[in-house]
Amino acid sequence: MSDAHVSDTHLPVAHQFEDEDQQFKSYSLGMWVFLAQELLFFGGLFTAFIVYRHMYLDAFVAAHHKLDWTLGALNTTILLTSSLTMALGVRASIMNRWRATIGWLIATCVLAFGFMAVKYVEYSSKFEHHLWPGGDFQFNVEGVDAGGAQIFFGLYFVMTGLHGLHVLIGILIMAWLAVRVYRMRNQVTDYIPIELAGLYWHFVDLVWIFLFPMLYLVG
Amino acid sequence: MSATTSIEQRGSVNYLNCDYSLKSWLITLDHKRIGLLYLIAILIFFLIGGSMALLIRYELLTPQGDFLLSDTYNKTFTMHGVTLIFFFLIPSIPAVLGNFLLPLMLGAKDVAFPRLNLLSWYVFMAGAVLGTIALVSGGVDTGWTFYTPLSSTFAHGAVVLAVSAAFVAGFSSIMTGVNFIVTIHMMRAPGLTWSRLPLFVWAHYATSLIQVLGTPVIAITLFLVGVERVAKIGIFDPNLGGDPVLFQHLFWFYSHPAVYIMILPGMGVISEVIACFARRRIFGYDFVAYSSLAIAVLGFFVWGHHMFVSGQSMYAGMVFSVITFLVAIPSAIKIFNWTATLYKGSIHLAAPMLFALSFMGLFTIGGLTGLFLASMAMDIHLHDTYFVVAHFHYVMVGGQIIAFLAGIHFWWPKMTGRMYPEGMGKLSALVTFIGFNLTFMPQFILGYMGMPRRYHSYPEEWQVLHVLSSAGASILASGFILTIGYLIWSLWYGDKASANPWGAKGLEWQTPSPPPTENFATKPVVTEEAYHYTPELREEEKEYEHV
Amino acid sequence: MKGIPFFPEQASKVAPEVDLIYYVLTALTVFFSIGVFAAILYFIVKYRAGSKADRSRPPSHNMPLELTWSVIPLLMSLVVFGWSAKLFIEMQKPIPSRDALEIIVIGKQWMWHLQHPTGQRENNTLHIPVGRPVKLTMISQDVLHSFYVPAFRVKQDVLPGRYTTLWFEATKTGTYHLFCAEYCGTKHAEMIGTVTVLSEEGYETWLEETQWGIRAAQRTESLAEQGAKLFTRLECSGCHSPGSTSGPPLAGMFGTQRALSDGRFVTADEGYIRDSIREPQKMILSGWEDKDGMPPYPTIDEQQILQLIAYIRSLKELPTASTPPLSDEAEG
Repeated sequence: MSDAHVSDTHLPVAHQFEDEDQQFKSYSLGMWVFLAQELLFFGGLFTAFIVYRHMYLDAFVAAHHKLDWTLGALNTTILLTSSLTMALGVRASIMNRWRATIGWLIATCVLAFGFMAVKYVEYSSKFEHHLWPGGDFQFNVEGVDAGGAQIFFGLYFVMTGLHGLHVLIGILIMAWLAVRVYRMRNQVTDYIPIELAGLYWHFVDLVWIFLFPMLYLVG
Repeated sequence: MSATTSIEQRGSVNYLNCDYSLKSWLITLDHKRIGLLYLIAILIFFLIGGSMALLIRYELLTPQGDFLLSDTYNKTFTMHGVTLIFFFLIPSIPAVLGNFLLPLMLGAKDVAFPRLNLLSWYVFMAGAVLGTIALVSGGVDTGWTFYTPLSSTFAHGAVVLAVSAAFVAGFSSIMTGVNFIVTIHMMRAPGLTWSRLPLFVWAHYATSLIQVLGTPVIAITLFLVGVERVAKIGIFDPNLGGDPVLFQHLFWFYSHPAVYIMILPGMGVISEVIACFARRRIFGYDFVAYSSLAIAVLGFFVWGHHMFVSGQSMYAGMVFSVITFLVAIPSAIKIFNWTATLYKGSIHLAAPMLFALSFMGLFTIGGLTGLFLASMAMDIHLHDTYFVVAHFHYVMVGGQIIAFLAGIHFWWPKMTGRMYPEGMGKLSALVTFIGFNLTFMPQFILGYMGMPRRYHSYPEEWQVLHVLSSAGASILASGFILTIGYLIWSLWYGDKASANPWGAKGLEWQTPSPPPTENFATKPVVTEEAYHYTPELREEEKEYEHV
Repeated sequence: MKGIPFFPEQASKVAPEVDLIYYVLTALTVFFSIGVFAAILYFIVKYRAGSKADRSRPPSHNMPLELTWSVIPLLMSLVVFGWSAKLFIEMQKPIPSRDALEIIVIGKQWMWHLQHPTGQRENNTLHIPVGRPVKLTMISQDVLHSFYVPAFRVKQDVLPGRYTTLWFEATKTGTYHLFCAEYCGTKHAEMIGTVTVLSEEGYETWLEETQWGIRAAQRTESLAEQGAKLFTRLECSGCHSPGSTSGPPLAGMFGTQRALSDGRFVTADEGYIRDSIREPQKMILSGWEDKDGMPPYPTIDEQQILQLIAYIRSLKELPTASTPPLSDEAEG
């Protein structure tokens, strides 16, 4: 991104900023602070998960076997790939190549939809097997406390649900950015929002990198 | 500070008179207007929460609990807490004075993200509307602490709405925090180094860190309470396999630091006011600045002191207790340094200064009584009694609200272009000080006697103390009403304010009152330390004398 | 000021020392507040604008002074911390005694239900003897409560699903307030009662008087006796009788270390027994993995569990399956 600063092209600077540099640094810092906040947001859930895993070890181990780790691994691959396409999109935008930028943004969107599709398959199988917590919950494994398993699935749905919400928001942001780049194709590509969206997207990816082993793998 | 802006008042276009339409207010990106939008919003919630306090005090005049039904009483104190904490105290100084002043103090045209700033107000209002709906659609009787499993399973009423209200308002607080951190880092005028920042800015920096790092945890915790209540997923309810003590850990992990959200900005205000009216640089600037950060950081590690009797491990309790004692030290440092600032000063007892001195006294008592509660053996007896109620009201009302009043009076000329009536200001400082002490001093004694909090009726032998407290509450309330009254009056009839009626230092005083939309005609350059006052009587003080 | 009470009565062993901490802290508070108030007043008079006071060379900072007023309060507060933590630990620990009176407490919206080891039940009142340590084993049926006796300076949260204990020793006869201190819903303020401290003889008399039930035809059974009946009625004895191969014997088990099938060791305390009744599958004893598991008993209420615990604790010798004998100790 440093090459963008030395280039003689100029992006519009909002009224409160003195120059492009201050604007860029402010937006980046703002994004990082926002992500710190996100970390704490998921942090509360991770804490709850660790505490209850300790309390109901057997139930959590038994419950995690009900999750299909192959689907989880597939989704991990999809998200990691989307992080790559996003990074390529950011790079293209800095290099002021609007067609490539839009292409990579759309590719990222498609992958994100793929992720959500796999999630849909996973969720519907959980519903079929009565693993949605509440009155209808059924979990019969010999020697395992169903209450603990219910907490596991409660946290599973809350955590993956919130993560999925972040993915959906990411899709909206990237679609909006793709439209924006197309509309302003005759100008210098405003890479700042794309770079910020990239940071956000990597964060969403990172959360999943923690969720996947915690929910699907650790037995 | 040698900004090049002319300080003469030209009756020119300013941020208030540039456009009078309602629409121009509702879509404004100007941090000063957003500050005023917040002021109007929180004033409404102050009045709602305050009238509930009066209902509570009226009920407690007699021991029998004969004025309100117990259920109504419980809903009243719950909404008293929820409204005043989430919709008044947390946004009070940061969102009103912070919004208005930070860019001015930094010599910037606006905060870093003006749109985010406006969005934070709308999000706040959305939360406020949810809270109001919760209030009118039957109310909530869980207490503002929403302890599980009472809140998640047993309580009736609009718990989910109230929890959502706090959840949504939390995001507005996060947005403000993000905005301030970036603004303070990136938007400082040339020459305005960190060691030259006004202490108000330091305090807001520390506050913003807590807002950004603490609020998401309460958000997710309240979210889980809502999920548990709606979907019957056992997370905190032991009947569903959950752990109610975990809720308390998560809740206080935010809510104790949140106490510092409700006091650090007040400390920032006090530093500004005392420096100005003592005509002195704050004694030990570095200690005062870093103590704010120390409070913010240590404040994240004391949450367990709310749980000494909840059945948490004894050793965890000891760690929390000792850190709680440590966090008292930076606050003590501030009090000592402010007192030392008066030494060899040239002290003017204008209304903001009276409020600031009142703050110092009340906060000293509030802080020291916190040590009673940090002492574990003592806290066993005092936990959940009126001693706790009195302690945190000394900090929240005697601290933050009095500091807010000090700040509102101090910057009123800057915000509105009008002077408040000085005599009235002094009277209000006096009345609130007396009323406040009369309200809450008896509650310390009641607490030691063993009066539990959130009681709708009580043994007869405590009536005298309760009557004293209720009498104080009515004096305090009239002090507040008087203040609101003459401040509104002054909008039309107050004297016109000059750019710098107090002869104060700081960039915000170097632009006209009220400031133009872009804040400064030319970008200020800072060449001096903050509070570059000199002890000798100077021209500007003579100017102050006749204002 | 005669009508205004300032201090609650000191009626327990720890109360004087708690009050001593209170006096010391109050003295510190008064000392610092008056110090700050006095300094402020002195300065605003002496350095009021326009006064002739010497204002030459005002200090902007003074490191030694600032360190002094940081370190001295720090040391003071560490002393108070250490003192109160020491007392706290003493208050949490069991009071060493051979004849502690163990009472069970069940909190529910909105009343206190208590039962003496000799079987007497009380609602919202508690009668105890003076000068004898009392141990409360407490649990809640619904939300959080907190057992609070201001005159004793003791308080302990009462949680659902988990036992908490509270120790105290009354030193003065009289009747004192009992409050629920943790907000518990609509009638929180009515979840109150009294603790009556009787002389040793007075307590004996009280026990005598309450020995006979309402119909006065039947002697109140002790907690352990009630548990024994329950033990038979629920058919626990079918598997848990001595020599049985279908369930582990229970005599002498209380207080020992139990090896679990997953390799953990747990102390067989009240909480362990409660969990083993409610959710037997959670902790399976080492060596009993291949037996048919014990079915859970989710409907048995907190009172009954406590009675069963009292019975199991009383099993010092091997009971016979039909008539479980009771050791004398449980009667005390």
